Amino acid sequence: MRRKTITFSRIVEAGMINFVRNASLAIAAMAVMVVTLTIVLFSIITSATFSNTINQITDKIDISVYLNDSITPAQKDGLLTQLRQLPNVKSVSYLSKEDALKRYIDKNKGNQDLLSAVNETSNPLPATILIKPRDLNKIQDIKNFLTKKDVAALQSNEPSYSGDRKAAIDKITHATNILRQGGIGAVIIFTIISALIIFNTIQMAIFNRRDEIQIMRLLGASTWYIRGPFVVESIIYGILSAIISILLVNAAFAASSGALQASSLGLLDIQYASTYFTSNFLWLLTLQLAVGIVIGAASSVIATRRYLKFKTSK
Amino acid sequence: MILLDRVTKTYGRSGTPSLDRISLHVEPKEFVIVVGQSGAGKTTLLRLLTREERPSSGKIIIGGIDYDKLKDKDIPLLRRKIGVVFQDFKLLPNKTVFENVAFALEIVGMGRKEIEHTVPKVLDIVNLKGKENRMPMELSGGERQRVAIARAIVRQPKILIADEPTGNLDPKHAWDVIRVLEKINRYGTTVLLTTHNQEIVNKLKRRVVTISHGKIASDKANASYEIQS
Ligand SMILES: Nc1ncnc2c1ncn2[C@@H]1O[C@H](COP(=O)(O)OP(=O)(O)OP(=O)(O)O)[C@@H](O)[C@H]1O
Ligand SMILES: [Mg+2]
Repeated sequence: MRRKTITFSRIVEAGMINFVRNASLAIAAMAVMVVTLTIVLFSIITSATFSNTINQITDKIDISVYLNDSITPAQKDGLLTQLRQLPNVKSVSYLSKEDALKRYIDKNKGNQDLLSAVNETSNPLPATILIKPRDLNKIQDIKNFLTKKDVAALQSNEPSYSGDRKAAIDKITHATNILRQGGIGAVIIFTIISALIIFNTIQMAIFNRRDEIQIMRLLGASTWYIRGPFVVESIIYGILSAIISILLVNAAFAASSGALQASSLGLLDIQYASTYFTSNFLWLLTLQLAVGIVIGAASSVIATRRYLKFKTSK
Repeated sequence: MILLDRVTKTYGRSGTPSLDRISLHVEPKEFVIVVGQSGAGKTTLLRLLTREERPSSGKIIIGGIDYDKLKDKDIPLLRRKIGVVFQDFKLLPNKTVFENVAFALEIVGMGRKEIEHTVPKVLDIVNLKGKENRMPMELSGGERQRVAIARAIVRQPKILIADEPTGNLDPKHAWDVIRVLEKINRYGTTVLLTTHNQEIVNKLKRRVVTISHGKIASDKANASYEIQS
């Protein structure tokens, strides 16, 4: 046990010494790793921000169903129940004639002409059911239900679908979906490329020291005693790169929120992105560390393998 | 201790074997000198013993370990039991003299205190006191050779293989090294020494194995150097 501890601490120590001695190579490997990790981080934040923007827009959309004044409470409740059972319905709320009037007065405060058109005794506003759909692209199901003969008979007017906004929203949703998919593709490709670059850099370092590895081998050092320091060294690259990358992104947010006064750049709501970054900081840092450590460790393990092999040919 | 049975080694696909059906038996605590012209196959023989190379055919058994049955993961353990002075030293270039010798102890898991106690003693034996912090590049050929010797003996191995350990040394230092080998041998280590130094062979009066063109030409106790050039 004591021997294992000694060996382990020696491996870690040797790795740290290597790290200091190979400063120029360390910088090269880390530069690539920082860029990769920053892109990964940036795309996670962008993706979360897009989702948030779409959700916000979607949330504003609803369908208003205007009911006949003659409808009975039983008919109304029946309709509500049926609507709630539709798979694409997220929520249903009911506004009585009085509620609808209150809302109308609230909305048109200060506009005397519109307000004088209504009063408590003669309320021209119909009772209304507000439906929030789950998925805007499948709104047709709800439409079909509302235009069924028996359902249509309960309505005073055609339902309104938040009108012209829907078309615009559809376009945005479509565009962000394409952006997101493209983004994920780009991140994957970039991560692979930079993993290869990092791998090459580490392999070069190990190639320069292959004689040393072979000598250690001949003296009876175990595989992990030789390989360990290289792995530790690469893991240090990974950890430092993750920290540098997350600090860079942090600085970028600080700078941009000052400059743009946290305004929003169209779809990319910088304020939300910044909040998302801050509130998920620990999780994002962990992810960065994990990616950095895995790339570093894996490439050093693979790169040392060939020099650690024992002769098998006769 | 060491048993070779009709061992043949041919490097690559070259037709002529560097070792040709060598059979050799070395008892524990024996001191054996291997001589032979340059290219005769001495180093090749030693490389087979450390499993740096594998024989093309034949059997090798050392300390009861059959090399045919040796698993890769046990090779480091085997090498830790054998001290080797390589003909080309094989010092670690980025480590100081002290660290080079200490490395042999670090890989077997010895504690720092013990290492700091042991290494200076061994460096003293090979007359390298005061050079502990030099890098190998800053040493003369003879000094490097003595570092290699210190590293080979520091673990007090059961078997010591010394490939021309006196090649770069003046007669005084050469004899110092030979005295060290004899001392280690007295304490129970089996020693296998190769050398071209006629005087040393003749004065030691030990068993001498002569290799010629990959074959054992003679194997005699209390022998002297008998290679005609
Ligand atoms: N790695 C190798 N690949 C191919 N041939 C080799 C290799 N190592 C040695 N040889 C050949 O094997 C033969 C024996 O070489 P070896 O090094 O065993 O000689 P030696 O007796 O140690 O010579 P010296 O006294 O010069 O050290 C030589 O002909 C040499 O050219
Ligand atoms: Mg030789």
